[in-house]
Amino acid sequence: MEHIISLFFRSIFVDNMIFAFFLGMCSYLAVSKTVKTSLGLGLAVTFVLTVTVPVNYLLQTKVLGDGCLVEGVDLSYLSFILFIGVIAGMVQLVEMTVEKYSPSLYAALGIFLPLIAVNCAIMGASLFMQQRILMDPTNTQAITSVWDAMVYGFGSGIGWTLAIVSLGAIREKMQYGDVPKPLQGLGITFIVVGLMAMAMMCFSGLNI
Amino acid sequence: MALFSKQNREAFTNPLNLDHPILGQVLGICSALAVTSQLKPAIVMGLAVTVITAFSNVIISILRNTIPNRIRIVVQLVVVAALVTIVSQILKAYVYDVSVQLSVYVGLIITNCILMGRLEAFAMQNKPWPSFLDGVGNGLGYAMILVIVGAVREFLGRGSLLGFQIIPDACYDWGYINNGMMTMPAMALILVGIVIWVHRAYFYKEK
Repeated sequence: MEHIISLFFRSIFVDNMIFAFFLGMCSYLAVSKTVKTSLGLGLAVTFVLTVTVPVNYLLQTKVLGDGCLVEGVDLSYLSFILFIGVIAGMVQLVEMTVEKYSPSLYAALGIFLPLIAVNCAIMGASLFMQQRILMDPTNTQAITSVWDAMVYGFGSGIGWTLAIVSLGAIREKMQYGDVPKPLQGLGITFIVVGLMAMAMMCFSGLNI
Repeated sequence: MALFSKQNREAFTNPLNLDHPILGQVLGICSALAVTSQLKPAIVMGLAVTVITAFSNVIISILRNTIPNRIRIVVQLVVVAALVTIVSQILKAYVYDVSVQLSVYVGLIITNCILMGRLEAFAMQNKPWPSFLDGVGNGLGYAMILVIVGAVREFLGRGSLLGFQIIPDACYDWGYINNGMMTMPAMALILVGIVIWVHRAYFYKEK
């Protein structure tokens, strides 16, 4: 239990997808113009992460790992293709389900849903999970069960949402600022994210 | 059509100037920031992306008339994923220490927006040879930023380039200290912000 709580908080604050690993940067910068759209995308990413990381965990440990299907054969070099397949399929499934049962939410999320398939945060979380399976179980970052994987995916999603919503809020305010012309738009956004990342560094010893 | 006609040259040089994938179109930033704490992984990553962009562009451009429009994204992802798997295995075999440093970011080339962007915008409409040039141009444009940011961060953060010490010991004796901030993720963002600033300031003047 302690391990899961620690994993959850670490994945939000210390191993934050944006500030520590720069994952999902493209949509992070493109969509964070207002708080409302940021929140929509953040929730969609959280949902997809919570589903795909445990599914990929089961794939990795039950199918791809050393000697799982055939004795003595390690299939983990296939993980890239399988993981991206799971993610693309899952995004499609989520899109279809949302469209069928909640057309209003579907309209609100709009183009963001299909965009998630190529969001590096989703793929990145699965690849980090693959690395963490091999860690020593006493390590706070280790992922030893499918529940750990799910909590890790959920926590990473929350961390990502936190990052994009706060950037959206800052950019809404920044429209009234007096920024030098060549720095406007992208340049200043990068510098703001850099300062935010610097602030997040103060969490870096967090342990529960 | 000549091999290096004006049109083909533009396909190659445009991404290096005005249509720069990172600075102009804001694509593929994720990995650009993460691998640049030292120069060597930055160069390897730049080369890997150049090779993958070029060849996936060629493959998709050859297949472009046979791919059904509805499933083109899946086909593109599979082609890219296969190429990334090959490159990742080659890196593991020949430069193992760098592939450990790059860790998950080699796999993340699959979701690099530069690749999908170029496949969608260029390779689906053009012949293989211009697509190849376009891929190489975009890959090199990406590599250029990686090398600039990687060199600045390694020089200021560790006082070395490619692992060789540049700043002499005498400077450290006089009290010079490496800027540890430069090796942190936060400074990569600020450096890229400054590079964008300089790039835009230069091109705004030209216009």
